[in-house]
Amino acid sequence: MDLMFFYSLRNLLTRRLTTGLTAAGMALVVFVFASIVMLAEGLKKTLVDTGSYDNVVVIRRSAVSEVQSGIERLKASIIETQPEVAIGEDGRRLLAKELVVLITLEKKKSNSPANVIIRGISGSSLELRPQVKLSAGRLPRPGSSEIIAGRSIVKGFKNVGLGENLYFAMRPWTVVGIFDAGNTGYSSEIWGDVDQFMQAFRRPVYSSILFKLRKSSEFESLKKKIESDPRLTLEAKREADYYREQSEMMAKFLRILGQSLTIVFSIGAIVGAMITMYSAVANRTGEIGTLRALGFNRSSILVAFLMESLLLGLIGGFSGLFFASFLQFITVSTTNFQTFSELAFSFKITFEIIYKSLLFSLVMGFIGGILPAFRASRMNIVEALREQ
Amino acid sequence: MAPVIEIKDLTKSYRRGSQSIVVLENLSLDIEESEFLALMGPSGSGKSTLLNLIAGLDKADSGSIRVRGTDISSLSENGLAKWRAENVGFIFQFYNLIPVLTAFENVELPLILTNLSRKERKEHVTTALRLVNLEDRMEHYPRQLSGGQQQRVAIARAVVTDPTILVADEPTGDLDRRSAEEVLGLMEKLSSVIGKTVVMVTHDPRAAKKAGNIKYLEKGVLANAPQASFPECI
Repeated sequence: MDLMFFYSLRNLLTRRLTTGLTAAGMALVVFVFASIVMLAEGLKKTLVDTGSYDNVVVIRRSAVSEVQSGIERLKASIIETQPEVAIGEDGRRLLAKELVVLITLEKKKSNSPANVIIRGISGSSLELRPQVKLSAGRLPRPGSSEIIAGRSIVKGFKNVGLGENLYFAMRPWTVVGIFDAGNTGYSSEIWGDVDQFMQAFRRPVYSSILFKLRKSSEFESLKKKIESDPRLTLEAKREADYYREQSEMMAKFLRILGQSLTIVFSIGAIVGAMITMYSAVANRTGEIGTLRALGFNRSSILVAFLMESLLLGLIGGFSGLFFASFLQFITVSTTNFQTFSELAFSFKITFEIIYKSLLFSLVMGFIGGILPAFRASRMNIVEALREQ
Repeated sequence: MAPVIEIKDLTKSYRRGSQSIVVLENLSLDIEESEFLALMGPSGSGKSTLLNLIAGLDKADSGSIRVRGTDISSLSENGLAKWRAENVGFIFQFYNLIPVLTAFENVELPLILTNLSRKERKEHVTTALRLVNLEDRMEHYPRQLSGGQQQRVAIARAVVTDPTILVADEPTGDLDRRSAEEVLGLMEKLSSVIGKTVVMVTHDPRAAKKAGNIKYLEKGVLANAPQASFPECI
C-alpha cells in the first residue's frame, strides 16, 4: 500500500497553500497544547528535582507547606535525637532546623511586588542539598545579618545583587553570596542564618526540619514513629514527595487551562481540516470514480482520504512541536499557588508530551477527515466518473 | 466456443424525480473472445449505460450479464470491485490518469490490488509501457505528456493486469486525428494480436471502422444497421 501512501502525500503536497494553511491551524493548536503541558511539566520537574529521595522533611501535621508549618524547639530536639538520622563525616547529625517566611520584593522587569521565600539555614542545610553551589561571593557568617540569594532571585528582583543591601524584618541585610541550585526551587530563595531570621521575624519556632536518613529503607518505620508520637503532632515526608505535592495544584491548574484552551482552538482546526478535505473530495470526484472503477473498494478510498487527513494532522503536529520545543530555552517566573511564593522554572519537553501532542494532532486529523473520507467512499462510480 | 460476454434480457432505467426513464430494454447480446466491438448510437441511446453494466460499474434492474461464466449482476459491492480489478481494463475519454502519480505509478495502480511482489509489479508495468511505446516516459507525470501519450498510458494501465475484457468509452474523443489513429491501432492490436475482447463506445465512424463488429443502439434496443435517425454514426 506504499503507492496509496504516496498518492495521499503527493495530493497534500500538490495543494501546498491549502495544506499549509490547514496544517498551520493545527500546528497552532498543538503549539498551545504542548507549551502549556510543557509549562506544567517544567514546574513539576523543578519542584521534584528540588527534593532528594533520601532526605526527610518534617512539618507540622496538616500544614500543606513549610510556610504554614511551625515546630517548637523541644519537638525539633526530639527529632534530632532519632537514631535514624544519618551522621556526617564530621560526626554531626545531617539535620537542618529551618525557618521559612515570605517577604515581598520588587521585580526588575515589571516593578510589581512578588513573594519571595526567605529560608533560615543551619549547620547541615548545604550538605543536605548537594545541588546548591555557591557561584559568587561567600556563605553568610553565623550570627550576622548576611544573606545569600538564589540565581533566579538575582536575575528577577531588584536590590539582590552581590554586595547590595536588602531591608526586611526591620533590619538591613547584606547579600554576600549568590548560589546556583540549577533548575530547582531553591534558586528562587534567599538564605541566611536561621537564628538571625527567627529573632528578626520574631518567630520562636522553626518551620521545618530536614534530615538525611541513615538508611533509606527506614523511612516508613520512622514516619510511623514520628506521626504516632503524642508529643510531636508532626508529619514526615520524603523530600521528593513533599516537593511533588507542592507542584500538584499549580500543575493541575496549568493542565486544566491548557486543556480548555486546546479544546476551543481544536474545534476551529478540525473545522478547517474538514473544509480542506471536503474540497479535496469535491475536486477529485473523477479520480475517486477512476480508482473505484479500477477495483479499489469503498474501504480503500476511505483509508486513502483518511490517511491524507491524518498526514495533514501529523504535519501540523510536527510543526507545532518544532516551534514549541524552542520554548525550552525560556524561563518563566510565577507565583506557586501552593506556597504563595515566586518560582522560576523552564518549559520542559518530554517523550510523553511529544507522543501526546502527535496523538492529539492525529485525532484532529481523524475527526476532520472521517466525514469527507466517508463521503468519498460512498460515491456512485458512474456519477463520479461523469464529474471529470 | 461460448461467448466471453453473454447479455440476456437486460433492462436498466433511471429515476428522474417521479419519472422512470428506461435506458435499456430487454437487451440481449453475445460478445465473442477476441472480438473488437464498437457500440454506436445517438446520445441517450444507452450505449454508455450498457458499457458501464458490462464493466460492472452499475447494476441492471433485470436480466443478466455473464462474463466467462460469472453472473456479475449477482456479485456484492466488494465482490464486484474485486471482479473489476481482475477482469476489466478501462480506457476513458479523458484518460483518467491520477495527476499526482507518474506514468509508471499510474500503470502500477491496478497491480497493488494483486498479490504480486514489487519486483513482479515492476516487470508487468515495464512490459505494459513497452507495449504502448512509452518506456522512456515512465517517470513523467500526466501533465508532462501529450493527450495521445496519456491515452497510451491509460491503455497500458488497462492491460497491465491481463484482464478478460477491455472497455473503452470514447477513447479518441479528446484526441487529434494522428493520436486517435495511434490509439485505435493499439486497441486493434490488443484484440487481433493479443486476443483481448474489446468493447468500445464511440460516436466516431472512423473509430468504429477499426472495430471488427459494430452494434447500433437506439432508444435502448439494438438496431442491425445504421438508421437515418442517427446520421453521425454512418
